[in-house]
Amino acid sequence: MPKPFTRLSAIAAPIMRSNIDTDVVIRIERLVGTSVRGTLGKWAFGSLRYLPDGSENPEFILNREPYRQAEILITGPNFGCGSSREGAVWSLQELGIRAIIGSGFGDIFFANCFQNGILPIVVDKAIVDGLAAEVESTQGAGRVSVDLEEQTITSPSGQRHSFEIDPRRRAGLLKGLDEVALTLQRDAEICAFQAADRMARPWIHFAGKSA
Amino acid sequence: MEKRGRTLLAKIWDQHVIAHVSDDTDLLHVDRHLLHDLGGSRGLLDLKGRNLPVHNPELTFATPDHAISSARGRAGTSKTGQELLEGLRVETSASGIAMFDIDEPGQGIVHVIGPELGLSLPGCLIVCGDSHTCTHGGLGALAFGIGSSELTHVLATQALIQRRPKTMRVKFEGRLSSGVTAKDLILALIGHVGAAGGTGYAVEYAGSAIRDMPIEGRLTICNLSIELGAKMGMIAPDEKTYEYIRGRRYAPQGEIWQRAADAWRQLPSDPDAVFDREVVIDVETIIPQVTWGISPEHVVGVDGYVPDPAAIADPARRAAIETAIDYMGLKPGAPIIGTPVDWVFIGSCTNSRLSDLRAAAEIARGRKVAPGVRAWVVPGSETIKRDAVAEGLDKLFTDAGFEWREPGCSMCLAANGEIVAPGQRSVSTSNRNFIGRQGPRARTHLASPATAAASAISGAIADVRTMER
Repeated sequence: MPKPFTRLSAIAAPIMRSNIDTDVVIRIERLVGTSVRGTLGKWAFGSLRYLPDGSENPEFILNREPYRQAEILITGPNFGCGSSREGAVWSLQELGIRAIIGSGFGDIFFANCFQNGILPIVVDKAIVDGLAAEVESTQGAGRVSVDLEEQTITSPSGQRHSFEIDPRRRAGLLKGLDEVALTLQRDAEICAFQAADRMARPWIHFAGKSA
Repeated sequence: MEKRGRTLLAKIWDQHVIAHVSDDTDLLHVDRHLLHDLGGSRGLLDLKGRNLPVHNPELTFATPDHAISSARGRAGTSKTGQELLEGLRVETSASGIAMFDIDEPGQGIVHVIGPELGLSLPGCLIVCGDSHTCTHGGLGALAFGIGSSELTHVLATQALIQRRPKTMRVKFEGRLSSGVTAKDLILALIGHVGAAGGTGYAVEYAGSAIRDMPIEGRLTICNLSIELGAKMGMIAPDEKTYEYIRGRRYAPQGEIWQRAADAWRQLPSDPDAVFDREVVIDVETIIPQVTWGISPEHVVGVDGYVPDPAAIADPARRAAIETAIDYMGLKPGAPIIGTPVDWVFIGSCTNSRLSDLRAAAEIARGRKVAPGVRAWVVPGSETIKRDAVAEGLDKLFTDAGFEWREPGCSMCLAANGEIVAPGQRSVSTSNRNFIGRQGPRARTHLASPATAAASAISGAIADVRTMER
C-alpha cells in the first residue's frame, strides 16, 4: 500500500535534460530477479551517477551536496518516457524521491508514480524552468514546497504556483489508498459485466476452448 | 440532436466500461492479459502474498521472452533468468494460466505471439507489463503497456482504471518508395512529431499507405507508438486483418467467427469522427531512415547528416544534441551513411516476423557479412523460427555469416545479458536507441531489417536502395 502524501518541503534537484527514459533511470539487469525491491536505490540513474570504473561521477547533480538529500526532482520534458518498468519508480522511491515536477512525463511512468506514493506534477515549462533556476541560484539550499491538499508548489523565494491533478489520483495519494482492494469492492459489477459479455462476445471468453 | 461520429478508440473503449469512475475515467474490462518472464511470476507471487486468486486465468496467457538466452539450447540463461523462467512455470501452472514454454510452438516475444496465436483480436482490450503492448493495435485492438502495480490489479480483478486519452489520427498517404518499409514510416513520424508528440494520446494510423500495408507492417507501425509517447496505437481492422486472423489457434471459428467478424466491421472510425489532433505524412517523400542519437526522435534519412550543434540557437536543444553526439561517438555534420558498425541485430517485437526476416534475407542472399561485424538474427517466435527454417532462411543467413538464434527479446534490451560491448556501434531493428539500452555505453542506430542487413554486409551504415536486386 502506498505511503500517503500530503505536503513536503524539501531539497529539489533539477535534472533538466529532455527525454530521460526509464532505461536511464534504472538499467534492466537491475530488475532481473524476483526480489529486487530494496536493492535499486543505489542503481538509480546509474549511467549518469557512476563513471565507467564504478566511482561516483562528481559532475552529476545527485552526487553533490545538498542535492544528495533531494526528495523532489525538477525534470526536463518527457521525463520517464520509454519502458513501462515500474522499477524506475521503485529506484527513485528508494533514493528518497517523493515528488517530481516537470512539463510532461511518459504516460506509463506517470501512472506508476501514483501506485507508489510518488507525486508527479505537471506544470508549464516556464514554471519548471523558473523553479530550476531559482533552486540553482541558491546552490540547492532553497527548499521547494509541495502541498497536495492545496495543489500548490512554492518556490524557494515564496512564489506559489497551483497545479492540476486528477481528483481520483489526488484522493488516492492523500489517503494512501490500495487500488486493488477498492476495485475488488466492485467485483459484483465486474462479474455482471462478464456474464453479459460472455453472451455478447463469446470469442473473447471462450478462446481457450477452441484451441 | 446532433450525433457525432465515433472513433475506433471510443467504440472499443465504450464496449469495455464496467463502471464510470469519474467524467473521464472508467473501470475497463481486460480481455487479454499477457505475462512474460520478467514481470509475470512477480505479479503472481504478489497476488499470492495478498491471498487473492487470479480473477480470470482463462483470459491470461504467459510466455518467457525477456530473460532467456537466445543461444542454442538456451545455454547462457543466467541464474536469475532461470529462476524467473521456473517461477513463471510454477506460478502459471498453480493458477491455471496457459504458458507457451521454450521449444514449443506459441513461445516467443509476447507481442509477436499474441497476434500469431489469434489471441489478439480486433476490438479486444489487451494489456501486458511491457510498453510495446501497443503493437497489438495493428489488428484493431486497444492494447497498452502497464506497470507492475497495474499488472497485479489486472490479475486480481481482470479490470483496470484508466483515464480516456485524447485522440490523434496520423494519415500516411501515398505509395512507399523503393527500399522503404513500415519501420521507416514510423521512424519518420517520430522525427516529425518528436518523442513526446503523442504523450497523452491514443494514435490511430490511417491513410492509403496503411490500408495497402500487410498486417505485419501494421504491427511494426503500432509497436513504435510508445516511442512517440503514445501508449496506445491502433489501426482499423479490415479484410486484410480478418484474413490474417482466420484459422489461427485461438481465433474464433464457425458461427462464432461470423458473429465476431460482423462485430469487428462496426469498429472503424466513422467518417465524421473528430480527432483532437491530425497529422498527415506524405509517404512518397520518405526514404530509408536511421537514427543517429539517443532518442528515436533523433532520426534522419539515410542520405542525411549528424546535426551540427553550432547551428542550433536554443541552448537547451544544443546541449541535448551535444550530449547525444558525444555519447554516440559521431562527428557533428558528418554523413550518417558510411559510419562503421560492429554489430547488427535483426529481431525484437518491432521487426522479427517472417516478412522482416525475408526482407533481410533478400539483401543478405549470396553476400557476406563484412569482416569484423557480428550479425545476429533472432526470430520473434518458435513458429517464425520453424517457418523460416522451412524456407531455408536460416541457412541463407548462416551462409552469409549471420548467427541464427533462438526466439526471444535478446539484444533489444539486453535483459538476458546479451549485450553490445561498451563503445561498440550497433545497427538494430529494435525500438530504442536509449543510452545503454543494448548494454552499458553501447551505441545503437535503429533501422529497418533491410537497412540492417545492408549495413551488416557493408560493415557500415548503408543505403539499402543501392543493394536491392
